[in-house]
Amino acid sequence: MSEIPAIQVEALTRVYKIRGGKKSDPKELVALKDVNIQVSRSELFGLLGPNGAGKTTLIKVLTTLLAPTSGRACVAGFDVTKEPHEIRARINMVSGGESSGYGLLTVRENLWMFSQFYGIPSKEANRRIKELLEVVGLGDRLNTKSSDLSSGLRQKMNIVRGFMTDPEVLFLDEPTLGLDVGAARDVRSFIREWMDEKQDRTILLTTHYMVEAEQLCDRVAIINEGRVLACDTPAALKHQLQEAAIFQLQVSPLDGTPPETFERIRGVRHFTYCPEDGFATLEFVLEEEDVLAAVVNQLTAHDIHLQNLEKREPSLEDVFVHLVGMSMEEVERGESN
Amino acid sequence: MERATNFAKPYSTRLFFQTVIARAYPRVIGAQREKSWMFFEIFLPLLAVSAYVFVYRAIGAPETYVGFVVMGGAMTAFWMNILWSMSSQLFWEKEQGNLALYIIAPNSMMAILLGMALGGMLATTLRAFVIVFVGGLLFEVQFTVASFSALFGTFILTMVALYGMGMMFSSLFLLLNREAWHLASLAQEPIYLFSGFYFPLKSLGFWLAAGASIIPLAVGMDAMRQLVFPSGPSLGFLSVPIELGILVILSVVFLVGARYLLAHMERLAIREGRLTDSRR
Repeated sequence: MSEIPAIQVEALTRVYKIRGGKKSDPKELVALKDVNIQVSRSELFGLLGPNGAGKTTLIKVLTTLLAPTSGRACVAGFDVTKEPHEIRARINMVSGGESSGYGLLTVRENLWMFSQFYGIPSKEANRRIKELLEVVGLGDRLNTKSSDLSSGLRQKMNIVRGFMTDPEVLFLDEPTLGLDVGAARDVRSFIREWMDEKQDRTILLTTHYMVEAEQLCDRVAIINEGRVLACDTPAALKHQLQEAAIFQLQVSPLDGTPPETFERIRGVRHFTYCPEDGFATLEFVLEEEDVLAAVVNQLTAHDIHLQNLEKREPSLEDVFVHLVGMSMEEVERGESN
Repeated sequence: MERATNFAKPYSTRLFFQTVIARAYPRVIGAQREKSWMFFEIFLPLLAVSAYVFVYRAIGAPETYVGFVVMGGAMTAFWMNILWSMSSQLFWEKEQGNLALYIIAPNSMMAILLGMALGGMLATTLRAFVIVFVGGLLFEVQFTVASFSALFGTFILTMVALYGMGMMFSSLFLLLNREAWHLASLAQEPIYLFSGFYFPLKSLGFWLAAGASIIPLAVGMDAMRQLVFPSGPSLGFLSVPIELGILVILSVVFLVGARYLLAHMERLAIREGRLTDSRR
C-alpha cells in the first residue's frame, strides 16, 4: 500500500459550462487543462497560484464534489469518479473564510456535530475537540456560540473540524485567507506540527501566499489558468532562477519618466514599479548582473537619483513571474503582457 | 485513518443513525436559543387563530369550528417549518458552505435530510403543542379524544408523509437555486387555503378536497379532527381509515421521491459543478 500515491492526477481537464441568457448558448470556461500531479504519502504539497487559477476546482475534483471532464484523479488509491465513497472515508477539507456550522451552536457543539458524521463516538469526539482547541488556542471558547467568534477564531474552529477526524489526506483550500498575521502564523505552525507528528498523513494545500507555500510545503506546483507550470520543491524551483539577478532599487520619484523605459532595457526579464511618498521602489529581474549597469545608466539619463540598492535571493514570487511573465497580483488584476 | 474499533464504519447503519441525531441537534437545541420563536411561531399564529374564532362565533358557527381553527393554527407551524426550514434548507446549507462538508463526509445524505426532518419535527411539535394548549385554554375548546393511540398514530403518519414531502422538496429547491425563495413564498398561502387549516376540508367540495389530499397536512388534519372532536366525523372529508391509507401512500411516494431526487441532485451537481458554487 505504501507505494500507492496519496494523490494521483493524470491529464485532468475540467470545463465549466456557464449558462448565458435564454437566447445565448452556454460559454465554456476551462478551469483545469491537462493537469498531472502526483503527491506521495506524508507529503505536504502546495498548489500555488492566483485567484481563478484552478486550485479550488482541483480540490473539488479530488474531494469528489466535482466530476472531471476528462482525465483521471485518484485519492488514496481510489478513483474520484468510480469510488467516491472510499475516498470520503479517508479525507477531510477546510476552506479559508468558510462559515460552516451553525451560529446558534457553541464551538463544541458544532465540532461534535461534524464528528458524528464520521462515526466518532461522542466521548472520544469531545476529548479530541478539547485537545485540539487547546492546541490552536481556543480552549477557553469551548462554550462560546460560534456566531460570537471573530473570523480568525472561527477559522481556527474550522481547522479543528478538519483535523479532528484524523484524515489520511487533508485538503486545505486557502486555510489562512483573510486572517490577521498572528492567526495565520498560528494556523501555519499548527499544520506543520501536525504533519511532523503524523508521519503517514498527507496534506494538499492551496494558497496564493508565496510565504505560506515556501514555509510549509515539501513540494509546490505553480498553477495558472488551469495549467500546472512547474512542480518541485521550493528550493529547486528557486534554483531555476539562480542565474538571474534580482535587484531592488530605491530611487527619487520618476517625475514623468514612463516606467516602461526600464522595462524596455535589454536583459530585463521583469520589472515592477511602486511609487511611494517621496521616493519610488523599482524591482528588476535581470538576465545577468551586468544588465544592472544599463539600468543605472537609464536612471542617470533621466536624472533619477539612486538612494539604495539591494540584491536579493530569488523567491517563489520570482519563479512565478519567470514562468507567467507577470506577478500574481498583476494576474489577479487581469493585466496582460 | 486511526479508526478505533468503537468507531461507526463509513456508510454503516450505526453511522446513519449517529448522523440523524447529530443533524437533528441544531434544530432541537440550537433553535430554542433564539427566543424570538415564541413571538413569531406562537404569538403570531395565535392572532390568526383568534381572528377566525371571532368570525365563527360572530356568525354563530358550531363550537367544533373553534376547535378546528385552534388545531389548524397549530398545524400551520409544521407547514412553515416544511417551507422555510426543510424545503429551502439544502439551498441555505449550500450558501453557508455546509453542503459540501455533508457530501464529503462518509455517510448518506438521506441521514442528513432525516436529521433535519426529525429535528424540525420535534422543535415544531413543541410550538404546535403550545398553540393547542394556549388556544384551547383561551377559547375553551373541548377536546374529546376517542383513542389516544389512533390519534398518535395518525399524527406520526401525517408527520412522516409531510416531512417526506419536505425532504423531496429540499432537493428540488436546491436544483432551482435562488428561485427556491420565491417558490417557498408562493407555496405558503395557497396551502393555507387548500389544507383547510381554518375550516373543514369537506367545505372545499369533493374534487377540490380530493386534489388537496396530496398535501399530507390536509388529510392528516382532517383525520385528526375526526378523532378529537365528537362532531368531527360528520365534518370529515373521507373516513379515517381511507385517509390513513392515503397518508401511507403519500409517505412512500414522498420518501422514495426524496431518495431519488437527492441522488439525482447530487449526480447533476457533481457533473455540472453546481454543488458548492451558486455562480453557475
